[in-house]
Amino acid sequence: MSKLKEKIDSMKPLFEKGGKYQALHSVFDGFYTFLYTPNETSKSGVHIHDSNDSKRTMITVVLALLPCCLFGIWNVGYQHHLATGECGEFFCQFFYGLWEVLPQILTAYIVGLGIEFIVAQMRGHEIQEGFLVSGILIPMICPVSTPCWMLAVAVAFAVIFAKEVFGGTGYNFLNIALVTRAFLFFAYPSKMSGDSVFVSVGDAATVDGYSGATPLGQLATATPEHVEIFGVNGQPVDFMDIFWGLIPGSWGETSTFCILIGAVILLATGMASWKIMISAFAGGLGMAYLGYAVGNPTYPVTMLQPIEQLCLGGFMFAIVFMATDPVTSCRTETGKWIYGFLIGILAMTIRFYNTGYPEGAMLAVLLMNCFAPLIDWCVVNSNIRRRMKRLAA
Amino acid sequence: MGIEINIKKGLDIPLSGKAKGKPETVKAELVGICPEDFPGYTWKCDVKPGDTVAKGSPLFHAKEAEGIKLISPASGTVEEIRRGERRRILAVTIRTGEEATLQIEADTLTDKLKLSGLWALMRQRPYDVVPAEGASPRDIFVQAFDSSPLAGNVIPTHIAEYLESGLEALKTLTKGNVYLAVRPGQGIRTKAAKVLDMTGPHPAGNASVQIAAVAPVNKGETIWTLDAGTAARIGMLVKKGYCDYRAEVAITGPAAEKPKKVVTEIGASLNVILKGELKEDASLRVISGNVLTGIKVNPTTDFLRFPYRQITIIEEGDKADEFMGWASMSPKKFSIKRTFPAFLRGLEKPFNFDARIKGGHRAMILSGELDKVFPFDIYPEYLIKAMKAGDYDRMEKLGIYEVAPEDFALPEFVDTSKQELQKLTRESLERLRKDS
Repeated sequence: MSKLKEKIDSMKPLFEKGGKYQALHSVFDGFYTFLYTPNETSKSGVHIHDSNDSKRTMITVVLALLPCCLFGIWNVGYQHHLATGECGEFFCQFFYGLWEVLPQILTAYIVGLGIEFIVAQMRGHEIQEGFLVSGILIPMICPVSTPCWMLAVAVAFAVIFAKEVFGGTGYNFLNIALVTRAFLFFAYPSKMSGDSVFVSVGDAATVDGYSGATPLGQLATATPEHVEIFGVNGQPVDFMDIFWGLIPGSWGETSTFCILIGAVILLATGMASWKIMISAFAGGLGMAYLGYAVGNPTYPVTMLQPIEQLCLGGFMFAIVFMATDPVTSCRTETGKWIYGFLIGILAMTIRFYNTGYPEGAMLAVLLMNCFAPLIDWCVVNSNIRRRMKRLAA
Repeated sequence: MGIEINIKKGLDIPLSGKAKGKPETVKAELVGICPEDFPGYTWKCDVKPGDTVAKGSPLFHAKEAEGIKLISPASGTVEEIRRGERRRILAVTIRTGEEATLQIEADTLTDKLKLSGLWALMRQRPYDVVPAEGASPRDIFVQAFDSSPLAGNVIPTHIAEYLESGLEALKTLTKGNVYLAVRPGQGIRTKAAKVLDMTGPHPAGNASVQIAAVAPVNKGETIWTLDAGTAARIGMLVKKGYCDYRAEVAITGPAAEKPKKVVTEIGASLNVILKGELKEDASLRVISGNVLTGIKVNPTTDFLRFPYRQITIIEEGDKADEFMGWASMSPKKFSIKRTFPAFLRGLEKPFNFDARIKGGHRAMILSGELDKVFPFDIYPEYLIKAMKAGDYDRMEKLGIYEVAPEDFALPEFVDTSKQELQKLTRESLERLRKDS
């Protein structure tokens, strides 16, 4: 046994019931199980277990998010460079971005995990790992200029009212990260959309032709003749820029390439449902083609090429990382097809025909979160009907 | 030709320590019969310490049906009535002595089965308990193989010749069919039963899987299940009027010194058959049965438990200190999910498992993971939720009558949330049975 473990083991009684620090029992337990895999052996049923646990599951999802996260951090600096001409070096851009988003990440984790720790202690539960994923997702889907206090309020709201009141991780029916995002969107609309929130300009002067509008933001207000997209420095943007993610937006979700890396990790490890991803993509693509086919100048977003359409905004990020959240999506295999497909269709429909919201992925996933139990209910009921029929025969 | 059934969902857990070679005969000095191995009845003890018993003498009778007995598998003297909390009987032990075999005499086959203790070796669906008296089974399912990890022979070689007459006898007990589930290539031929050629991974050997593939149990129906060893014992009973209660036991597991097979009395004391099998100064877990459904036993004081076929020895693992196991990239950690790199080296090669649950208990998070090892037309997650909620109506509708606790063993093994599913299923089935 290592020295460190001996030391921690000797501290254990202090945190147990009757110990000096029993109020911190969950915190201690959380750190202990973080450092050492628990030695609890099986008491009933099977004597051996698969090695996968909740910690490994969550950490794998965080790993899948890393490419998007790292790229997003750099892209914050790169967009700053495009907007101001400052910071031409790669490392300067990366550290500029890190400096901008690190407070957001820390705020989300400290507030969210803090609430988790308190609730775990109140309930006498172990700390649940769900927020490890939500905590990194939340800043990634917010504009870079979101003030930390807003983030703190929104995270607290989401964790308490969308998760803990229902019983904690595994019992929530809405995706926590999206509830946070929706709360921010409806509570502080001026800070969540528009031309000035997606690019971190700082105190520097902007270059000529600067506009901080995101591609979808530009299109929503475009005149029908101009379905051209411009970067923050006023230069036109081509498809590859969109694919790599060299555009302004919520900082973690611009790069389709990095999202695809994440998707590969999630699917290869089996941590997300390919059925949801495929059907949501199919739904979105179908709707994008339909929108393009009946393209209407009143709704300029429909004029975009379907593939570009899918790569822009938060759509890809939402179907890879949000729609596949196993707790809030459909749990039956048949249900997953329906659920994903409807997310794809709804996301595009909202984007096209509700000009109030330049992007519809967030609302589409949240709406389908609400319908997932109903879809599952129908699927499970068909199984029940089959069984009842057999009984009647 | 039999009926071919291929099971696709399931898992053969790659555990090392398979028993090989010819079985050696070990005479038990002490045997013990544990009434808790026979759920469905309350067992009343019929003997006291010092009584002389013959092979086949009753030790217990069922309170609810006096004719149904648990018998002594060996002749000798009753040594002890071992009691636990609130004087509940844990076991009756017999010190073996001179050979003496009781002839089983009764008018009907049913009465013979009850009297000979073989009735108690059968199980009924629903509820997975010793069959209720008086019910006529729709069908009878006999398992000639065991698909669980490291399982040995189901039919002891020394009584294999009686299988056919056993199946014939069983046929007289049902208006439906007798099914015999075999692995193709096992070389068992029979005219008395319909043969089910089962292919695919575990749980292909579970009775519920075979029943579900032929015709699932409906509410109000009864199905009997038994292993082919018991069927052969029934054949012997019919032919000879007495029974050989010896079993072929595979001593297996990654921590077994020399995996081997022994022929010994059912309920034999473990300290004799495990001589030389346990590593010194190691923290071991001895399981009577397999790693999925077996019972944790004490190797010095306990006995071979129902279904009397296998012992598995694994490391307990409670002394391990695994630093940041959640970040481990070790290829030695088995997982059917590809979150661990073990899949790169191939999941068929043996892994060294210990008894740790390898994580914390959580609410259900991942979806669909249990379905992958659960070959039924049942939604396991929803059934589990109904069981947790104690919702009888929904449990019935979701198919609880079609499963036994053992069917939830693989889901329990793969479960990321480390829920105790077999315990939950057993408790739910018991509550349903007591209320019906």
